[in-house]
Amino acid sequence: MFALFRTSTFRLAMVYLMLFAVSVFAVLGFVYLQTVVFVSRQIDETIDAEITGLAEQYHERGLGGLVSVIQQRAARTRGTTTLYLLTDRTHSPIAGNLTRWPDVTVDQDGWLRFPLQRAGSLVVGAAGQGTGDEAEHIVQAASFVLPGGYQLLVGRDTQERSDFDARMRQALGWSALLTVMLGLLGGVLLSRRLLARLEAINRTSSSIIAGDFSRRIPRHGSNDEFDHLAENLNGMLDRIERLMAAMRQVTDNIAHDLRSPLGRLRSRIEVTLLEEPSMERYRETLERTIADADGLLATFSALLDIAEAEAGSRQETRGPVDLGEIIVNLVDLYEPVAEEAGLRLTLTLDRPASTMATSPLIVSGNRHLLSQAIANLVENALKYTPSGGTVAITAGRSGDQVRLTVTDSGPGIPATERERVFDRFYRVESSRTTPGNGLGLSLVKAVISLHGGEVVLDDAQLRRAVDDGIPDEQPGPGLRATVTLPALASPARPSMGS
Amino acid sequence: MKILVIEDDREAAAYLMKGLRESGHTVDHAADGTQGLFLATSERFDAMIIDRMLPGLDGLAIVSTLRSNDDRTPVLILSALDAVDDRVRGLRAGGDDYLPKPYAFSELLARLEALARRGGGGKTETTLRVGGLEMDLLARGVRRDGVEIDLLPREFRLLEYLMRNAGHVVTRTMLLEQVWDYHFDPQTNVIDVHVSRLRQKIDKGFAQPMLHTIRGAGYCLKPAA
Repeated sequence: MFALFRTSTFRLAMVYLMLFAVSVFAVLGFVYLQTVVFVSRQIDETIDAEITGLAEQYHERGLGGLVSVIQQRAARTRGTTTLYLLTDRTHSPIAGNLTRWPDVTVDQDGWLRFPLQRAGSLVVGAAGQGTGDEAEHIVQAASFVLPGGYQLLVGRDTQERSDFDARMRQALGWSALLTVMLGLLGGVLLSRRLLARLEAINRTSSSIIAGDFSRRIPRHGSNDEFDHLAENLNGMLDRIERLMAAMRQVTDNIAHDLRSPLGRLRSRIEVTLLEEPSMERYRETLERTIADADGLLATFSALLDIAEAEAGSRQETRGPVDLGEIIVNLVDLYEPVAEEAGLRLTLTLDRPASTMATSPLIVSGNRHLLSQAIANLVENALKYTPSGGTVAITAGRSGDQVRLTVTDSGPGIPATERERVFDRFYRVESSRTTPGNGLGLSLVKAVISLHGGEVVLDDAQLRRAVDDGIPDEQPGPGLRATVTLPALASPARPSMGS
Repeated sequence: MKILVIEDDREAAAYLMKGLRESGHTVDHAADGTQGLFLATSERFDAMIIDRMLPGLDGLAIVSTLRSNDDRTPVLILSALDAVDDRVRGLRAGGDDYLPKPYAFSELLARLEALARRGGGGKTETTLRVGGLEMDLLARGVRRDGVEIDLLPREFRLLEYLMRNAGHVVTRTMLLEQVWDYHFDPQTNVIDVHVSRLRQKIDKGFAQPMLHTIRGAGYCLKPAA
């Protein structure tokens, strides 16, 4: 409970409570003052009205009439709220419910105020002078001199007002107390509720710190700020988990797939050392060792490249990249290789305006990574397509996507393995004799995903509509790799309107 | 050449210096960044090899300091970080070339010598000449012993680079980077194919070859013996 007082939510609740209490007190105080003023004005007006009424009675009906009215009214007001006294000019009582004329002078407001004792009849006098068994009341009265020297006094017991006043104060006191109590209770409950949700986040965070990375912060379902916070934190955790998984996979790969070649390398050196010393043999072993080490290093950097692409590369090397230009350059690079292998390398570029500014094939990304990914696809096609075949590259815009295909007339990949070839080190059974490390397509996938795109493999379905003179025998179903990347909004062309 | 090596790994530095000395260069060594910067600013070198991660002062900081002092000495940055971003950052800091660790010594030597040559020749030539081979950079024409040789644009660029580095070993990676601006290792022998096509054009029909393959290193264009 004391810990609660130190929380920021509770302190916030207290500040609100104070502001709330101050405004409640201000409202109640205002109501109180208004009521009190209203009540005393009512008393004043009642007395004035009585005197005016009685004066009229005297004018109309003379002294006898007035006396009877006074007696009538004094008798009626058994609750003794209104006091009457009619005297002659020497203050000797003639009629009324007051025993004698009070010996006080008129105050600055024009009122006579005097104490009243109730002991059977109504007695004017200070407390202690009478029997003392009744509380002393204060009377507010006004006097009026009638023609003929008669003096009329009409008063009202102010006890009622004092009672009202006291009751009002009491009510105000209770409401103030109630406000504070309810506010306090509300503040505690509210801050406990907020604290409970914060505490849930803290608990989950702690258990994640302790190592349970599968935990996620529960959502409340009310879609409020706490839910948004939970969502963001969970999103962050998902990303961290993905990064960790990618990292773990690299470690696993290193353990599984780099260890055995290292072991082979080591045993070759060992065996060479056990043999008869021979300069030529040493030289040969060292050369093969360097070749193996280079292979290992290449695998190693390929793994790191993939991991980096999967983790999401830093943004600083991103910029607009023209895929058309990349492909043209790659075709330029690989054309002699294709020719040497007896393959036809074709390029179909759907790019009406071929300047950088207006090319529809511009994507946002890293030119080197994209070049490498597309080069990997082209190399794969060249590597697995038997002599006499075709490798066709196309690129074009389809909607807000840039679409690139690399199609070959090679043996293809069985449908069941088309997803698995993207896994690290996975190689299709029939291709194991071809040199390669099984990482090429993994890098393609990682790079394309990094750029928000997709890569899909399917059958080539090489079109044969045009007789292009290539023999129609196909050694396999062929393979088509389709890469789609979000196109960068074409730079705005000057329009007539603007 | 007089070369400064700033490298904190003793063993790596020792191999590097041994290799450079055996190739006929004079080598100074600094084992940390502060000492490295001191040596680099107090003496004149033909080229520097600077490791990226150093105790004291970061390798990139040394390069930026040298460049801000208007020191144009060619710098080759070595780094265990092999990512496109790191390469970009290294070159932006003012490095002239970037080589990820581990590297083949032949690669390092070829790149270093190419850097030093580039640093020396500031003038813009219009004609390159190696033995009987002559290249007109303006008319884009190539002749060998007066015989016109017809080259494709990419073959022209390849030969230009080889001629600018004539007499020195040029590695496959250097060609891929300098001629095609690619920074990855192709799985196929793509550079060999390009070189052999170029060789067909410039050596075929001539008694002496000019374009030589250096085993385990790369290629070298030399005047016919």
